[in-house]
Amino acid sequence: MNQLLDLAAGFAALCFMVAMSLALVRLFRGPRAQDRVLAFDALYVGGMLTLLTLGIRARSVVYFDMALLIGLFGFVGSTALAKFLLRGEVIEP
Amino acid sequence: MSEIALSPWVAVPAAGLLISGGLLTLIGALGLLRLKTFYARMHAPTLGATLGTGCVLIASMLVSSAVTHRLVIHELLIAAFLTMTAPVTAILLMRAARSRSHPQ
Repeated sequence: MNQLLDLAAGFAALCFMVAMSLALVRLFRGPRAQDRVLAFDALYVGGMLTLLTLGIRARSVVYFDMALLIGLFGFVGSTALAKFLLRGEVIEP
Repeated sequence: MSEIALSPWVAVPAAGLLISGGLLTLIGALGLLRLKTFYARMHAPTLGATLGTGCVLIASMLVSSAVTHRLVIHELLIAAFLTMTAPVTAILLMRAARSRSHPQ
């Protein structure tokens, strides 16, 4: 049963890494800036899920904190970028 | 990977959730790459951000609860956080795209 779970976790991590590379292709290719921000959004979600999957595979709870931090900073970064595209300012006086 | 033997009642649902979460996220990223317009591309990665994350978080809860022999639900923190923050980014990005392609 452990082998089944490890196999599934490895498959899921592979899926997330392929998804991250597809988002990276869109990040570099994206015709306009909003496409790149959207690709960055997909990229950090993929990274967070990869870390969670590696945590399941290693049976450790340490990876959870890193996934939480990636989610936090990814949200801050993509929201700041979107706000900048919207108004030309991140924090308006 | 580890020496703790998990019961099939935990391992099989966790494996199924992991596989479906991975496939859903992959489909979302494929849509992000393949769809034609920005407004169509906006929809695709939310598949991974909602369903894929939900599947992986439930699998993680199952496995860590079974390994530590107590209820581990701190993954709900990520779920609540993502539920609160993903629409904020989506709304800001959509309004940015609209105002950039149709300037007043």
